[in-house]
Amino acid sequence: MSFHPNMAYDARFQKSVRELTDQGEPFVYTPENLAKFQQMIVRYPAEQKRSGVLPALYLVQYQQGYITGESMRYVAGLLEITPADVEDVVTYYTMFFRKPVGKYVLSVCRTLSCAVNGAERLIEEIAHALDIKPGETDKSGMFTLLEVECLGACDRAPVIMVNDAWQEHQRPEGVKKLLDDLRTRGEASLTGCHLVKENK
Amino acid sequence: MEPLLTPHVRQKNAFSLDSYLQHDGYEAMRKALTHTPDQIIDMVKASGLRGRGGAGFPTGMKWQFVDRKSTKPRYIVCNADESEPGTFKDHVLMERNPHLLIEGCAIGCYAIGAKVAYIYIRGEFYHVQQHLEAAIDEARAKGYLGKNIFGSGFDCEVYVHRGAGAYEAGEETALLESLEGKRAQPRNKPPFPALFGLYGCPTAVNNVETLTNVPLIVAKGPEWFAALGPEKNGGPKLYCVSGHVKNPGVFEASMNITLRELIEGEKYAGGVPNGRQLKAVIPGGSSVPILLPDQLDTQASFDAVAKAGSLLGSAAIIVLDDSVCMVWLAKNLLHFYKHESCGKCTPCREGTDWMYKLLTKIEGGHGTMRDIDLLGSVANNVNGKTLCAFGDAAATPALTTLKHFRHEFEAHVREGRCTLQAEWRARQPVGAH
Repeated sequence: MSFHPNMAYDARFQKSVRELTDQGEPFVYTPENLAKFQQMIVRYPAEQKRSGVLPALYLVQYQQGYITGESMRYVAGLLEITPADVEDVVTYYTMFFRKPVGKYVLSVCRTLSCAVNGAERLIEEIAHALDIKPGETDKSGMFTLLEVECLGACDRAPVIMVNDAWQEHQRPEGVKKLLDDLRTRGEASLTGCHLVKENK
Repeated sequence: MEPLLTPHVRQKNAFSLDSYLQHDGYEAMRKALTHTPDQIIDMVKASGLRGRGGAGFPTGMKWQFVDRKSTKPRYIVCNADESEPGTFKDHVLMERNPHLLIEGCAIGCYAIGAKVAYIYIRGEFYHVQQHLEAAIDEARAKGYLGKNIFGSGFDCEVYVHRGAGAYEAGEETALLESLEGKRAQPRNKPPFPALFGLYGCPTAVNNVETLTNVPLIVAKGPEWFAALGPEKNGGPKLYCVSGHVKNPGVFEASMNITLRELIEGEKYAGGVPNGRQLKAVIPGGSSVPILLPDQLDTQASFDAVAKAGSLLGSAAIIVLDDSVCMVWLAKNLLHFYKHESCGKCTPCREGTDWMYKLLTKIEGGHGTMRDIDLLGSVANNVNGKTLCAFGDAAATPALTTLKHFRHEFEAHVREGRCTLQAEWRARQPVGAH
């Protein structure tokens, strides 16, 4: 059904698109991550532990790659809030993954300044090279391609964030090399933000 | 004007405490602690410093509004979310001159009577977080933060809090919600954060660039600061120029400079490359109205840009050449707003999706003339009808392109296709593999 005579709503619009949460294995922090958690949580007032939910979830994601139902329950227990409070946050913020992702997550900025410098072509080339659509992980499980909104590096457009590192001035013709370098040399092949690079 | 906020940023290890101390680092804080908090607020008020995050609200007033009678703790929250498309100035400050920000946070805390400042940085700034936290540790180890700073009895801590990819977290009350560990959704105002902010306590939320100006004001005096720019637009300003320019980047200047100089000047962005013509300029981040080439001589100050019919916003100047289809531009930005809408207010949650679908339809050559009118109608029903300024921001790309480039929309309908297929655009619709 449509409210406008010339515009059909997506069929998907009519039913919930909410994905069921992957419950995963029982979860606890490694001792190192637990120590990091305890160091972090004292930054907030004792009765405001909930403030630590984003850093706590980052620790989960760095530990096991994505966030499961079990890990949300674990974080909720540490912060003395309900699992629903944690899920509320996880489902809102785009940087938390609720299903497994590739070893390298390629987040390509698609907003205006990157787009006018060729980000759309870049996404096409990566999608073609990996034979996937944006949002998917390739068959080898090595790469996930994401289209993301402005990364705040518009002067170095177009930009790809590979996991947490910025790759600036990316060109469609350089995609093959980027992927090959990641396959052979991993994160060591990344250059990172120009301000960090210039200082070396 | 000599750079004041970014003077040594190209030098090696400019971010280190040693380098900062060589250039009179933390002297402003030493001086501030010999004054009363009220004197500091008066200084900032007299300087005319206006918030650099987008709204341009006077910082001194904001600090004065912070409730001093309250028995609750008070907080400075530094907005380092920097998520407005086209903005990348705070990144340079935090990466290359972090101690200036730390000093600004500490002086701010002293002025409003806070003991803790939180710097909320965006999730994509992982490398910035590492540098900023290292700088804070360095400052604390040398006694510039912590207990009894300079033997004055003033205690101050600065912490970094990393967000997780929400544009809406740049809105001050949504930022506070996010810092409290909830979804980044705005609150109803009033009460404003000055009375009911972080954890319900009196809070001042200031942008990174705003706080980095505070040590300059304290060190060199409010009159000197105000005299740097036009009336009511004093101080140094960082401009981010991106898009179709030869030399995109962050440029520091006084607000006496014109948009033309920033875009075309050899010392600045160097003009439009490849022999193309300038078509339009977005002067303050994606949320503000477009300016046309004949308005380039506008002074790049808060008041002059507002008079020209746009806003200086976060001073993110996006330059567009004549290869840009304006319907495509509106579609690109509405994709952003549709994606980033927090979903709290119905007009914005539904309206951004409607606008994006209409623009996709028109851009793809399937639109009708009625769709163009409908787009304007939907935009006007989002504009001004939401809790925060996001609704206005999301309606702007549609309204401003319709105002100046309606003929392009009509051409899409008549021709049944987009006639400006630049080579940098997707060869086929993205996702159609």
